[in-house]
Amino acid sequence: MKPRARDFLVGLFLIAGIAAIALLSLSVAGSAYRGPGGLELVVTFDQIGGLKPRAPVVIGGVKVGQVRSIGLDDDLRARVVLDVDQRLKLPTDTSAVILTAGVLGDQYVELSPGGETTLLKSGDEIQFKQDAFVLERMIGKLIQNLGAEDDKK
Amino acid sequence: VRDPIADFGAKGIGAVHGLGRFGAFAARVAVALVTPPARLRRTLDELHDVGVLSLAVIGVSGLAVGMVLGLQGYNTLVRFGAEESLGAVVGLSLIRELGPVLSALLVTGRAASAAAAEIASMGVTEQLDGLRMMSIEPVHFVVAPKVVAFVVCMPLLSALFIVLGLAGGYLVGVLFLGVDAGGYVSSLQQTVELGEDVVPSLVKSVVFGVLVGLIAAYRGFHAEPHSAGVSRATTSTVVVASVTTLIVDYFLTALWGVNP
Repeated sequence: MKPRARDFLVGLFLIAGIAAIALLSLSVAGSAYRGPGGLELVVTFDQIGGLKPRAPVVIGGVKVGQVRSIGLDDDLRARVVLDVDQRLKLPTDTSAVILTAGVLGDQYVELSPGGETTLLKSGDEIQFKQDAFVLERMIGKLIQNLGAEDDKK
Repeated sequence: VRDPIADFGAKGIGAVHGLGRFGAFAARVAVALVTPPARLRRTLDELHDVGVLSLAVIGVSGLAVGMVLGLQGYNTLVRFGAEESLGAVVGLSLIRELGPVLSALLVTGRAASAAAAEIASMGVTEQLDGLRMMSIEPVHFVVAPKVVAFVVCMPLLSALFIVLGLAGGYLVGVLFLGVDAGGYVSSLQQTVELGEDVVPSLVKSVVFGVLVGLIAAYRGFHAEPHSAGVSRATTSTVVVASVTTLIVDYFLTALWGVNP
């Protein structure tokens, strides 16, 4: 093979390899939600279960954003920042719930718009919320209640 | 009278001696790399031999491994109704372990054996001595470009292996078994982290590239100067490089800390 033809193949190989690395670092390890963001909403939960950064935020099952960050606020409660499509008109009485996809699946945040006419702005806090459902606790409570009923008899 | 303890001691000394010679060889290669002139023409040719010629085997294997991961992962996950997580299973196993390790093993079989045989037969046919007579240092002219080619090609080949594996998992999971396409991609993107998965994977394959390249060059360079020596150098390159890759992989993974 002529040296130039070889060099061409080497060049192609190098480009393909670097493209593969770029794809892995930028796209595969990138953000899960690539739609428009911009509207930043804060929700404070008592219990977030297994919610992770970059978990999806949905309205009625449609993905509209993702969890930007999770931290503790000054009162040691879980402060979750959501990044949501800024074109959405979300009323101030929108509620946020942490749900689980399937019984053992990943957790996500569902927003349910309310009926107010004033809209949420970036940086606002969502007031209506419901904590994550933790299966072990529910089972624990259930067993306690069953035990208490047995004692009554 | 044979003394088993003395025999064992001699083996131990031999092993340490061999390790030391390998270290000294690695140092010679490192010095050759920073000594002018840079052998660009030679390095390009070696990049062709190691990288371009390994593309076919890496591509086919990556696709096949991704497809079998998709199939096996699906069969396990569907029992828990968690087949949406297929992308995460395929992606994490490929990026964290299978990509760097399998491509290192494949490159060992495809290119390191050829490199060792080439250097060893250059020794047998006294070409290395010929180079020395023209006062060209063989480590500088023959060995260093080969080692550079392995170090450069390994992460690129590993990344291509992973990308094709992801495509293979998508093919089986989404097109054949009916996993939701968006679910596959989003579970992949949600689980894979740049700093915890992708960067360690690339670091691993660079380390494997250094090890495989140096082992092949060392075995070839120090082959006994006859035809049996060439075949022994080739065999021991494949065996030693494969085993070293697998052992070093464990320690690299353990050092990095296994993430939950």
